[in-house]
Formats: sequence, C-alpha cells, structure tokens
Amino acid sequence: MKARKLKEIVGFNILRLCVGIVIAILIVILYDITSKGIGVISWKFLTAMPKNGMTEGGILPAIVGTILVTVITALLSIPLGMGCAIYLNEYARDNKITRLIRMSIRNLSGVPSIVYGLFGVILFVQMMNLGTCILSAGFTLGLMTLPWTITASEEALKNVPNSYREGALALGATKWQAIKTNVLPYAIPGMLTGTILGLSRAAGETAPILFTGAAFFLPFLPKSLSSQFMALPYHLYIMSTQHHAVSKVRPIAYGTALVLIALVFIMNLCAVMVRYRLRKIKME
Amino acid sequence: MAKHNNYKEKIIHGLFFLNGLLVIIVLIGIFVLLVTKSLPAFKEIRFSEFLFKANWNPTATFVAPSYGIGSMLVSTLLVSIGALAIAIPLGIGAAAYLSDVASQRVREIAKPVIEILAGIPSVVIGFLGIVLVGPVIAKIFHIPNGLNALNGSILLAVMALPTIISLSEDALNSVPKSFQDASLALGATHWQTLVRVKIPAALSGIIAASMLGMGRAIGETMTVLMATGCAIAMPTSFLQSVQTMTATIAIELGEVPYNTTHYYALFGIGLVLFIITFIVNMISDIVLNKYQRVLK
Repeated sequence: MKARKLKEIVGFNILRLCVGIVIAILIVILYDITSKGIGVISWKFLTAMPKNGMTEGGILPAIVGTILVTVITALLSIPLGMGCAIYLNEYARDNKITRLIRMSIRNLSGVPSIVYGLFGVILFVQMMNLGTCILSAGFTLGLMTLPWTITASEEALKNVPNSYREGALALGATKWQAIKTNVLPYAIPGMLTGTILGLSRAAGETAPILFTGAAFFLPFLPKSLSSQFMALPYHLYIMSTQHHAVSKVRPIAYGTALVLIALVFIMNLCAVMVRYRLRKIKME
Repeated sequence: MAKHNNYKEKIIHGLFFLNGLLVIIVLIGIFVLLVTKSLPAFKEIRFSEFLFKANWNPTATFVAPSYGIGSMLVSTLLVSIGALAIAIPLGIGAAAYLSDVASQRVREIAKPVIEILAGIPSVVIGFLGIVLVGPVIAKIFHIPNGLNALNGSILLAVMALPTIISLSEDALNSVPKSFQDASLALGATHWQTLVRVKIPAALSGIIAASMLGMGRAIGETMTVLMATGCAIAMPTSFLQSVQTMTATIAIELGEVPYNTTHYYALFGIGLVLFIITFIVNMISDIVLNKYQRVLK
C-alpha cells in the first residue's frame, strides 16, 4: 500500500518536472532576448536606416517591410479564409467534395513553409510575373495562413447557436440574409481573433519570403508594393549568420529579435482585445 | 421579387462553393507545380540515384555534377527523430500533468505559456541555437562549436512541444470519465489510473499529436538552417554538423541560375519534402479518425 502511494508521489513529481521544464524554456528564451536586446532599443534604433554595412543605425526598413507584407497577407487570407469557412459551416453538405476540402485544409496546414516559398517563386514571381517584391511575398504568406484562417473562422461560426439562423429563416429571410444579419455579426470577433493570431505567425516567418521578395540590405523604405523589402525575421537571419562581422553586430541581432517578438506579442494582444471589445458590444 | 432573390441566393451559394474549392486547387497546384518543375531534373538524374546516393555536388567543375540527396534525407530524419525523442516524453508528461494533476491555477499559467511558446518565430529559436544552445553543447562535449544535429534536435523539440502538449491534453481530456471512475472504484491510485487506463485509452490521439509534431520538425527550415552547421555529409553522430533538405533549398535556391538542372533538382527536394510531410500528416489523420470513431 505504501509502495503504491510512493510510486504515485514520484510519478506526479516527474510530470510536474515536465511542466516546469516547459515553463523554464519559455522563461529562458524571453529573458535572454529581453535582457540582451533591451539595451539596443532606442527611438533611433526603431526609426533610423541601417548604416555602415548594417553595423550601425536602425532597423526601420525591416519594421516597415514586415508590416506591409503582413497587410498584404491579411488582404489575401482574410476574405478567402472566411469565405471558405462560411461555405463549410453554412452551405456544405456532408459529401465527398466537402470531405475533400477538409482533407486539403489539413494537408495545407502541414505543408512545410519552404515549400510554400518554392510555390510562391513559380506562381507569383515567375508565372504572374510580379517579380520578387512585397506583393509576391505577401501572397505567398497569404496562402500559407489560409488553412489557419479557415479553421479559426469555422470554429467561430460553429459557436453561433443554430436558433439564430432558424429565427431569421422563420421570418422569411433567405439563407444569405440570415447569415449576413444573424450569424456573421456574432462570429466576426472570433474569426478576427483567430485570423490575427495566424497573421502574427506569418509576420515571423522567414522561409516563404527568402526568394519571393526579402532583400539583404536596402537603406531606404520600399517605394511601392512591387519593390523588394527588408523584413525583421530575414534581417535577424542575416545579422546572425550571413553578416561579415557576425560577432560585432550581435547586439543589433538581439535588438531585432526583441522587436520581432514584441511585434508578435502586440498582434496577439490585439487579437485578445478585439475578442474582448466586440464581445462587450454584443452583450449590450 | 421572390424569384429575383432566389437567383441572387444561387449566385452567392455558387461563389462560396468556388471559394471552398480554392483550397483543393491550391493543394493540387502546389503538387503539380513541384512535379513540373522537378521533372526536367529527372531527365538527367535517375530518381533512385537522386534519393539514395549521398553525393550532392551540383556545382562540381572538374568532375560531372552529382545530385544524390541521401545525406540530407538522413540528416532530416536524424534531426527530427532526435527532436521527437526529447519532445514526446516531455510533451506527454506535461500534458498528463495538466489534464490530471494540475490545479486550476497551474493550468491557467500553463495555457498562455504554451501559446506564447508556439508563437515565437522559428528564426528567433534558430538565433538562440547559435548564441545560447550552441556554446553550451560545445562546452559539455568539448567540441570546437556546437552547431550540429543535437542542437537542431533540441530546438525542433522546443518548436514541436506546444503542438504535442495541447493535442495530447485534448486526447487525455476526451477519455470518458467513466473509464477513470471505474478504475478508481476498483481501488487503483490516481497514478495507476493515469498510466494504465487514461494514457492507453488516449494513445491514438497522442500518436496523432506526435506525428503532427514530426511533420512540423521535418518541414522546419530556419532553425535547422541556422543551428545545425550546414555541412553536407552523411551524419554519423548527433555531434556532427549536418544539412537538412529544407536548409539546402534555403541556401542554394537564392544563388542558382533559373532553369538549370541544379535549379530543377532543388524543386525535386521540395517535392520529396512535400510527399514525406503529406504521408506523415495522412497517417496522423487516419489514426485520429479511427480513434474518434472508437470513442463514439
């Protein structure tokens, strides 16, 4: 009896250790980046161009580039992802094509990011002749985030009670009117939350933009959506592996990493706030 | 009026249907483009040679260039399996703790921790592999630098953990409570119930989670590109620098001229990657489907 109890205590403590390790990993990551990156961050670092072969100056073009690409990603991913989710949850019957669509979504979310990069090079850069630019990179990331947007949006649609739809239909509304007035207003907060989370992951991705538009070094802001751009994740990669004086620019690399993580966090925070605010409006 | 509405409804339905078909088109599109772009390479390279020979040297000048990706294939598998060897026990342990032992407060702390961990960009994890994990490995094993397969495995484990933990936790939570009650009523301790009843009952869900983690690890690019040292050679140990398939594409596609055999061969690597991750994901899918049917 005692041995059994002892075994249980030891077992549970091993499990506790597992959770402790996971939490410790996150603390180490955040502590290391923050403690070594915070010293570099200044107004100048955030708003100046890189100088002297990127050994001095700021990272403004990388910040602007990442934001622009993320906007393009959102413009492609949000309407198409939400549309697909509306089809699956509101219109689709349980038939072969629906199952095929669902299978495709699951598989798309497992396609490696570098393969999306290859796809983007052929489709956007070469076949559509867009060249390496913000549009190509944004579209590539847009396709990559599509499965996440669809899954999150469908989840939000599922949470709208069926009685809402039936109420509208009973009053003589058509299917689309019912969706437009009685389903979407309640689903959109959840849809946006999930979508913004997906976009924050896209903003940190490097592999898909390697060949579709990210540039090594551009000491000016992108002039249009058809120009190449610097991006925070690519800049971090360059500064930590490809730069000619890797150890000299290490502080800049840490600063870039901190800004990138901060950007991802801010986007996540926005997602949570959208959910909270829109939910409050709905309550009223 | 009613007729007009009906017409409009049909068009809207049709548009949403086309939107739904789009994902199938994208998936098939990726596959078709990868195949058409890699086919020219296989006119010059025998497919078996491409896959199994470890002689990747497309830029050879004095001898004929060779395109065997064997060493990269092994490197990818080695790094991924190493990652899973770390992430699976740790992930299942954490999931079991969170679903069965943890207090509400611990759960409320752990959930955002796992979400934040999942949100950290891969390039940041790769950077930490260079500045943090690498020096530690070099010190422990007395080797000049710590950029090797082990480093890659550790980083990929960190990246696979959130997937494995949250999906395994879901699997454990969906084991019917009657299973647990029956076991406890028969006099088993909580630990015995967890290890002999709940984990076996949730096993296929846990396997599916691990397979998804494996798919992620195989397809991950930036972390392995930055932390494994990038040396093309058949790996003999975890302490050797390796270069995975994803890293090769990332390094070489930017430098190779369009429409050369080398260029097509890189798309060939992409195709192999696509097929491997497709199969891994399908297996995960099938296992999960079976499991859900059994539970019902």
